[in-house]
Amino acid sequence: MTTLEPTPAPQQRSVPKLSFTDAEAGAKTFPGSESRFFEYYKPKGRKRTHYEDVTIDVQPDPRHYLSQGWLYSFADGQAGYPLEWTVLKAWGEDTNTPPKRYAASGGQATADKVGWPATGWHEFRDPNEEWEQTIYRYNANVVRQMTQNIDNARETKAFAQWNPSWVRFVERHASAWMHPEHGLGLYVFVDANRAAPTNMHNNAISVNGMHRIRFAQDIAMYNMTLANEIEGFDGTAHREAWYQDPVWQGVREVAEHLTAISDWAEEVFCTNIVFEPLVGELFRTQLVMHSAPGNGDYVTPTVFSAGEYDYAQRDLRYTRAMFSLLTEDKEFAEHNKSIMQGWLSTWVPRCLDAARQLQPLWSQPEAKPPRFEDSLDAVKERFAGICRDLNLQPSKELGQ
Amino acid sequence: MSRQSLREAHQKIQELSWEPTFATPAKKYGTDYKFSKAGKKDPLKQMLRSYFPMEEEKDNRVYGAQDGAIRGNMFRQVQERWMEWQKLFLSIIPFPEISAARAMPLLFSTVPNQELHNGQAIQMIDEVRHSTIQQNLKRLYMNNYIDPAGFNSSLRNFHNDYCGTIGRQFGEGFITGDALTAASIYLTIVAETAFTNTLFVAMPAEAAANGDVLLPTVFHSVQSDESRHISNGYATLLMALQDEDNRELLERDLRYAFWNNHAVVDAAIGTFIEYGTKDRRKDRESYAEMWRRWIYDDYYRSYLMPLEKYGLTVPHEEVEEAWNRIWNKGYVHEVAQFFATGWLVNYWRIDPMTDEDFEWFEYKYPGWYAKYGEWWENYNRLATPNGHHPIAVEAALGNIDYQYPHRCWTCMVPCLIRQDTVHDKVDGQWRTYCSETCHWTDKYAFRPNYNGRETPNMGQLSGHREWETLYHNWELSDIVVDMGIVRDDGKTLTPQPHLDLDADKMWTVDHLRGLPFPSPNVSLNEMSDEEREEHMALYKQGGPGGRHAAAAAG
Repeated sequence: MTTLEPTPAPQQRSVPKLSFTDAEAGAKTFPGSESRFFEYYKPKGRKRTHYEDVTIDVQPDPRHYLSQGWLYSFADGQAGYPLEWTVLKAWGEDTNTPPKRYAASGGQATADKVGWPATGWHEFRDPNEEWEQTIYRYNANVVRQMTQNIDNARETKAFAQWNPSWVRFVERHASAWMHPEHGLGLYVFVDANRAAPTNMHNNAISVNGMHRIRFAQDIAMYNMTLANEIEGFDGTAHREAWYQDPVWQGVREVAEHLTAISDWAEEVFCTNIVFEPLVGELFRTQLVMHSAPGNGDYVTPTVFSAGEYDYAQRDLRYTRAMFSLLTEDKEFAEHNKSIMQGWLSTWVPRCLDAARQLQPLWSQPEAKPPRFEDSLDAVKERFAGICRDLNLQPSKELGQ
Repeated sequence: MSRQSLREAHQKIQELSWEPTFATPAKKYGTDYKFSKAGKKDPLKQMLRSYFPMEEEKDNRVYGAQDGAIRGNMFRQVQERWMEWQKLFLSIIPFPEISAARAMPLLFSTVPNQELHNGQAIQMIDEVRHSTIQQNLKRLYMNNYIDPAGFNSSLRNFHNDYCGTIGRQFGEGFITGDALTAASIYLTIVAETAFTNTLFVAMPAEAAANGDVLLPTVFHSVQSDESRHISNGYATLLMALQDEDNRELLERDLRYAFWNNHAVVDAAIGTFIEYGTKDRRKDRESYAEMWRRWIYDDYYRSYLMPLEKYGLTVPHEEVEEAWNRIWNKGYVHEVAQFFATGWLVNYWRIDPMTDEDFEWFEYKYPGWYAKYGEWWENYNRLATPNGHHPIAVEAALGNIDYQYPHRCWTCMVPCLIRQDTVHDKVDGQWRTYCSETCHWTDKYAFRPNYNGRETPNMGQLSGHREWETLYHNWELSDIVVDMGIVRDDGKTLTPQPHLDLDADKMWTVDHLRGLPFPSPNVSLNEMSDEEREEHMALYKQGGPGGRHAAAAAG
């Protein structure tokens, strides 16, 4: 016989009391009740943008409100985001030095005295207005669409239409492009996001880094799919090509040297202004995307065009805005242009050399792309246009 | 994606990296730790193909909830007492978030493991997400809450107010100095693994109890990313433990980082949760109870202590003393009292405590009323201008028993537990410290050698670390104008020691004229040796609740 245990009394639940406080905007008029904007910065345009509201002044500056200065220094005494971490200069950085603060000096916030911004660096706004929602909406759309494209190709046996030489080309060479995307994403852009002097710069650079790492992974995942779908497709050939194949050693050498730059602006400039048009677009657009259709492949261009869009429509856009401010700077334009010309003198020959080492690839697909020299001329023209937009002279280096 | 294909996919993306042969990435940041190349696997196993849609979905939920809260008139039921403290919290927190993003490259230079760098890159963009999603929440509050003052000036005032630096080191500490000390031990091993629980889990729960459902919406979404970051830190820690030479540095850094996080985070979050709430149910957890659960049990006992099997000694004394400060020495109450004493140089309003609050505090912290009750009654009595001065000035005039405290040079929270105060001449200056550990941090830990070994990459403590120094003997009316904490009528103060928004109940610049404000540290350094020793001896006899020594004795 069993005895029923008495049912324990339900425990008294404890919940917070709801109370109506009428604490919503407009419930009362009093001093300050209508000041509903971030009053500590001046917008670039007539109206404050959402992007500006969530970005500006999160990274503080001793030239502005940071009255107690940076609280930690590196062993060499540098602190915060030193302007010396690039050789480029923006107006005000020599004259609007951080106010001297000392006992009884007061905070000496500069906003009311000399006006905001404290230096030309603070004028930069990312034209893509990247913040949380734009980052995830954009990239989620890209990966969704790309996955659907590849799934559809698999369903419809589209890879069976590829001619054999194209299969070899994709497994070995198109796939090798994942490496520079990844390496530059991590060790140029993510790396540089620590270094630039404002939150606007560093956020834009960090988003650029994620575009590249995503695109690298997109290619890697695509490569994995192809290895599963195409009999005899060697999913590891890209690594051997990247490490050993002479056609890739120029690109690898330039990519590695780009990661070895310690000046954050030089890293970003040389990668996005020089390497990308002369090597990146040459390979992705002029070779891979132009060759694919003739070789029965309509899928690879959709993968590569996503990365191309990242660069051409977004990353180059902010890069132009960032560097044109510096080449048009009211105080340091000539200084900056001279330095950037120096960078061009170093990096254009390196990138052209890397581009020329890729030339044998133009003869590998069965259905040939446009001639290498025509492709190179196209990207040189594109590069020259970018330089002209920045008031820089590209001609001497391009003639080499 | 199936588990099998997930593993394959993750394996595949490991093919992306390569060992450079032409040039190696620039080494921009340094560490005194040593790493062998034999490394750990990327613990995140996160691929961007799934990451971006996942975060987008999380965002959709957050923004859907925000729309719902606005349409449902959430601000008709939020507690102003709570919302006012969000002016401080939401001006602090986007900075540590973005600093965490900026910290990741420090590890690229110093931890030779490309697999881990993948996870660190994803953490970077997570942190950009957090910073901007939190700024956006503040923007929403500013637009929809009854009093926008303080939200609208937050990033000016956070950078210049008298407690902003306390919060700011919880951010600057991630990005500067020895790369491992900053970006790994301070950020991921201690701040993220231990203290985000009180920041992003305990605090949102209190927000909800005060009618604010949006702080939980945003911060739980944030916390679901933080839990992944913890894995990054642990993998790096295990790598560091492979070299015996690192143990002494790990022990130094765990000691510094745990104590500094305790001093900073418990000061701020403890105050928000205990003094920013209207929820006085006796069965809701106090901050001390939360701390015991989240920090002591979940972190110290379950995470830190098991590290001792690797031969590491974890900072037992600091953990026990942190608990002792919270439970027995009234740390949070002393801090809240300090913030309220200085209400006039903040940029939010601080609600007086009521009888209901007193009862709750006495229930949760027996003996609270005897220590702090009278002071809060005085605060309440002096809340609206009526011919008297702000409570800090009344105290300086001897009308209220409260001795304005010295700052701790290291953590910048004042030396509120008076008997624990340490004073010492360091780098040619007389400094005060809230504790032995903070004294050790400045004098011994942040130095180019430690226990006889060279530590050339260790950072330095810098800046004007005592806010009061900048305004030594300025009139209070000039200070508030210089700081920009005056409302748009040009005279009414942004901060108030009450929640009444009637203009004639609000303090103005005119109420603060002719009232000088001396810096305790400047004064200390102006004293003769004899005067200083006598002053500090009396200071250490003071408290609790800021009482002068004579009153304490009496």
